[in-house]
Amino acid sequence: MPQIFKRPTSLKDVQTHFCSGCHHGTIHRLVAEAMDEFGVQGRAIGIASVGCSVFLYSYFDIDVVEAPHGRAPAVATGVKRARPGSFVFTYQGDGDLAAIGTSEIIHAANRGEDITVIFVNNTTYGMTGGQMAPTTMVGQRTSTSPYGRMKEKDGAPLRMAELLAQLEGVSFSARVAVNSPRNLMDAKKQIKTAFRYQVEGKGFSFIEALSACPTNWGMKPLQANERVGTELCDYFRLGVYKNIMEL
Amino acid sequence: MTKRLFVKGNEAVAMAAIEAGCRYYFGYPITPQSDIPEYMSAELPRLGGEFIQAESEIAAVNMLLGASATGVRAMTSSSGPGISLKQEGISYMAGSELPGVIVDIARSGPGLGGIDASQADYFQAVKGGGHGGYHIIVLAPASVQEMYDLTMLAFDLADIYRMPAMILSDSVIGQMKEALIPNRRPEAELPSKEWAVRGKGEGDQRIVKSLYLGDGELEAHNWKLHNRYCELKEKECRWEAFRTEDADLLVTAFGSCARIAKTAIMLAREEGLKVGLLRPVTLFPFPAAAYEELTSRCKKILDIELNAGQMIEDVRLSVSPDTEVFFYGRPPGTGSLPTPEELLEQIRKHY
Repeated sequence: MPQIFKRPTSLKDVQTHFCSGCHHGTIHRLVAEAMDEFGVQGRAIGIASVGCSVFLYSYFDIDVVEAPHGRAPAVATGVKRARPGSFVFTYQGDGDLAAIGTSEIIHAANRGEDITVIFVNNTTYGMTGGQMAPTTMVGQRTSTSPYGRMKEKDGAPLRMAELLAQLEGVSFSARVAVNSPRNLMDAKKQIKTAFRYQVEGKGFSFIEALSACPTNWGMKPLQANERVGTELCDYFRLGVYKNIMEL
Repeated sequence: MTKRLFVKGNEAVAMAAIEAGCRYYFGYPITPQSDIPEYMSAELPRLGGEFIQAESEIAAVNMLLGASATGVRAMTSSSGPGISLKQEGISYMAGSELPGVIVDIARSGPGLGGIDASQADYFQAVKGGGHGGYHIIVLAPASVQEMYDLTMLAFDLADIYRMPAMILSDSVIGQMKEALIPNRRPEAELPSKEWAVRGKGEGDQRIVKSLYLGDGELEAHNWKLHNRYCELKEKECRWEAFRTEDADLLVTAFGSCARIAKTAIMLAREEGLKVGLLRPVTLFPFPAAAYEELTSRCKKILDIELNAGQMIEDVRLSVSPDTEVFFYGRPPGTGSLPTPEELLEQIRKHY
């Protein structure tokens, strides 16, 4: 009987440390599938960030450099400039990319570095125990916003896919979610497009993937999944914000 | 005929880096080191390399981390405030066992301080300026020629010991023009960089990281780093001993300060005072054995620094028992650079 579904070869055959209902595992799988489909596993160099995503090297069977908090786009710049033939991507969370690493992401994008950034937005600092992130929703209670995020005091959640799309150096920017089969299929398509830009040497590509964090949201996996499709998708609208070559 | 050039210390650093095979430079403008990025921005593109003026010192050191992780020779340079910002990346490079050269053309501080020569960043450089209890190799040139030669050495030592290496200089040596013989890159037996990430191809995955969470993993990693520091102390100490054979008083100083001290020693010799100079060239590893040996005979040593006393701690730990250790130094700032006559006065005082 023909095999129609299998583990991507870019993923290791191991269990992940991710909590039940977390979307990291699903996003890992989509990234690995896309790498397999472009045949780039052997020349891929992943840049791990700080947070739940740091264990990139435990799950992907590719070469990996671990970056300091927020600095993955700068590390990726060094890697890609030194080895232009490599397939280089960063995998970063919202605290990493949109708070401590804002400068690095904006300038790597603005230089049009030939890399892909996978940005997982779960509206909280997961690894450190659910503190307020730059993407935390207004009113959302976290361990450092016990009265809910206040727009007047904390600002509004940053929309990174839209923000980066405005930069000249960005070729592709999209926001996706993996909370439903339909969104998941679309997410796969956008990740592949983002990778195609790099494979064809056509510049900086950015994927923002909304993710559930049931543990830190204090929700059951199903509730958390539902929140992604309702509250998060209402504010963080899914879609392609830039696609300069219509790849 | 050997070619002789007349160049600035900063230019000598850049020229040496290129001769050593460095083709990747990442930096940010700051006085008094901007000649280095300026030189690299002109030369590296012609050589098929990459020059990036980074958005910040932090980004620059992390670009260095990324490039070094692929196995190429790469560098960054800065001064005081910029070196402070780079400490995060330097700690990660030390933890990830990455080579790479960082040039510190030190300026005066703390804070924005000023742009005058200073040795007040000795502690930051040699004691591991970032978090986590590590060391990096620190070389202290005292001439434009040494800026050149020690930069090439820094690349070799960084590769051999898989750790960052720093050139610790200041605006006196960086901005001064002197004759330079652009020596060829010395022959060195260098290890192959099997650990570098280049894409796994058909082979095994390679990981460059500093996170170790498993029981006992990080302690073992730190002992490995510690043992490497011990090996450095054993094999790589370098120093200059000048007229120490018959000295009744030893003067010790490094970098630009050692040059002023040398002039003062020559003035003292003209007066018949038997004074010699012990100049550490490697600040980490600190040439402790040279101090012990020289002070086993000459029991007086005067440490002179362009700060209020930092290297003195290492000097005290290194001299043989019963050695009298004196100190003269002035904290950095415009007008604080001592004259040879000022140092001669100190020599007379302690002779």
